[in-house]
Amino acid sequence: MKRFAAVLLAALMVFAMAACGGNANQQSSTPGGDAGNSTPGGGNDTPAPAGTVTIKVGGIGPLTGDLAQYGTATEWGAQVAVDEINALNGPVRLEYDFQDDTGVAETGVAAYNTLKDWDVDVIYGTTTTAPCIAVASETFADRYFQLTPSASSPDVTANKDNAFQMCFTDPGQGIAAANYMKDNNLGTKIGVIYNNGDAYSTGIAQAFADKAKELGLDVVATQTFPADTTTDYTVQLSACKDAGADLVFLPIYYTPASLILAQAKQMSYAPVFFGADGMDGMLDMQGFDKSLAEGLMLMTPFNASATDSRTATFVESYKKLSGGVIPNQFAADGYDCMYAIYEACCQIEGVGEMDHSQLCDALIALFTGGTFKVDGLTGTGMTWLQSGEISKAPVVVKVENGAYVNA
Amino acid sequence: MKRTLSKTSINGFINYGIVIAAFLILQLLMAQGMISNTLKSLLVPVCCYIVMAISLNLTVGILGELSLGHAGFMSLGAFSGIVAAMAMQEFSPVPRLIAAILVGSIAGALGGVLVGVPVLRLQGDYLAIVTLAFGEIIRNIIVVLYVGLDQKGIHITTNSAGPALEEGGIMVIKGPMGAVGVPKLASFTAGFVLILITLFVVQNLVNSRAGRAIMALRDNRIAAESVGIHVTKYKLMAFVISAALAGAAGALFGLNYSSTVSSKFGFNTSILILVFVVLGGLGSIRGSIISAALLYILPEMLRGFEFITKARMLIYAVILIAVMLTINNPALKSLLEERDLSLGGLLGKLKNGGRAKKGGAGQ
Repeated sequence: MKRFAAVLLAALMVFAMAACGGNANQQSSTPGGDAGNSTPGGGNDTPAPAGTVTIKVGGIGPLTGDLAQYGTATEWGAQVAVDEINALNGPVRLEYDFQDDTGVAETGVAAYNTLKDWDVDVIYGTTTTAPCIAVASETFADRYFQLTPSASSPDVTANKDNAFQMCFTDPGQGIAAANYMKDNNLGTKIGVIYNNGDAYSTGIAQAFADKAKELGLDVVATQTFPADTTTDYTVQLSACKDAGADLVFLPIYYTPASLILAQAKQMSYAPVFFGADGMDGMLDMQGFDKSLAEGLMLMTPFNASATDSRTATFVESYKKLSGGVIPNQFAADGYDCMYAIYEACCQIEGVGEMDHSQLCDALIALFTGGTFKVDGLTGTGMTWLQSGEISKAPVVVKVENGAYVNA
Repeated sequence: MKRTLSKTSINGFINYGIVIAAFLILQLLMAQGMISNTLKSLLVPVCCYIVMAISLNLTVGILGELSLGHAGFMSLGAFSGIVAAMAMQEFSPVPRLIAAILVGSIAGALGGVLVGVPVLRLQGDYLAIVTLAFGEIIRNIIVVLYVGLDQKGIHITTNSAGPALEEGGIMVIKGPMGAVGVPKLASFTAGFVLILITLFVVQNLVNSRAGRAIMALRDNRIAAESVGIHVTKYKLMAFVISAALAGAAGALFGLNYSSTVSSKFGFNTSILILVFVVLGGLGSIRGSIISAALLYILPEMLRGFEFITKARMLIYAVILIAVMLTINNPALKSLLEERDLSLGGLLGKLKNGGRAKKGGAGQ
């Protein structure tokens, strides 16, 4: 009896695995078809005119878990762009799917393979750095073009010709911050507080420290904390205060930063606080006292309260999609990624006849060719370097009366 | 007595049989191109988690001590294995992989001794708390560790600027960025062989004199001590073997992805593996294999259905709770056990497997 039971279970196990595979295959063969096929994609889109090329863009990012807020922002930001692009009825239509990676490398690779089963043409993502490095080495081997909105470590693009970034790299931001401080004589004594358990924060802080030394900036205190779940920063703030820092650099995300601002006020310590792009989003946090952020300076490529019509339309559509959430720079980078992919595909001859690896090579040639420029929400005339790094001007903004103004 | 023994060895052979059959069928399907990319990408991690589940079952089900830091050993194995593989650049992939898994299991075993010696004096909840803390300590140490390689050897520092390397040196572990640029050396075949080795080690241990001593300790510590069983020795033996196997699984896991961060091996991963073991049945090796495979693939399978993609982790949790309640429901259990052929009966059997074995080993 036991033998029979075991055989039955083994059969069940294999059946379950095969069923999983079969299911994915089935799904990939139903809608759209691959590039070159003129069948319209998603259900609620307007039907495409004949001769239109459909490019399948597969997104990856965390939709569940601790990092879900960033993944959802990139998902929705791109969705807004996809809807706009498909409404244009241009020569290229985008079919868009977004898979959850929970911010973990192994799930990211699984999500990427799910997209491969869907016959994806271009990979958009991943949102966070660690899975992005893992997925990028897979796409490099499989020859898929990959554009990430927000994975900012240089390791993402290192030794891979097919991976490109829409955001600044971490070291790039650290260097830009040091340069900005030097050029504008922001502070005489500088304190740094960063999260040494986080790749993003550590990456910026390291590059900042090196550049500050080179420029002769006086860094008097460097303080760390281990995780974004930390809630007490009085030790780090006291150290900066005792060292006499009149400028505190915070290359961290906005949740811990909001606590730092509140606790600094409690201990009546009022230096100039200077943040990186992870700080964007603080003003829209629920229950956040905006007066705390008064005078805060940060480097962000995107300002949701900008008055130009493209930003205003984007914010409007995004709020409709998200139920009233105001987009941050993650969403804007996602939006720009879709336009970059769309405009590039429009420029490539015979894009309809290409498979993913030919498309990958064509896109790489275009992105690194030097003539390809994209105008988006996070910059105008954006170009890419051979390394895959983006080249756009960093913008420093200052919070005045609860809104960003260009500093 | 003879009959009981042969029954346990038959049981063991069935376990090998299941694993080999699953491997052969999957290889066949792969050769036919009938397996999706998604499933292909899951094969190696599934092998790793099966090894993790079997090895944790040794601690939790057979030794009877609750350990919540199993992912810590996996982490030790993963990072030491990665360093070993990176240090052997000039060798071909297979010896690199074997060396990495060996180094990983040695690192896991050392971690096991380090934790086991002071900690196994504790019991029950206290042991759980200390192992949990150990897992977190490992994670937090690796987060500040910078490891580089050059001509002179391995350099380790906690300075965030990294160690000073010679020309041509490479950084292997970069603190919170983890290990990046890792070559993908792991393969399904390697995972399959590792499962077989794990089964061989664990099943032979359980059926040996030492294994019976370990189970005697679980069933009644005082009685076991009174007949002269060395408590610390046997507890440590089970714990260290379990840690070594976890280290080996970690090394295989680390070499399957180009980036590995230490935060992956946190408390949640330890609990995930414990869930595999508990749902498979404490003490049941076969249960661990099947539940680890099914429960790891389940969330990825749920991606396939358009309407539940967004809620797949929620559904995963609901399924776990449902399985737990079902296999524990006495009314349902007796009903299903009457029809011995049904799946429920099998699950019940798996759950009772440990208990049955307990009785068998005592005879």
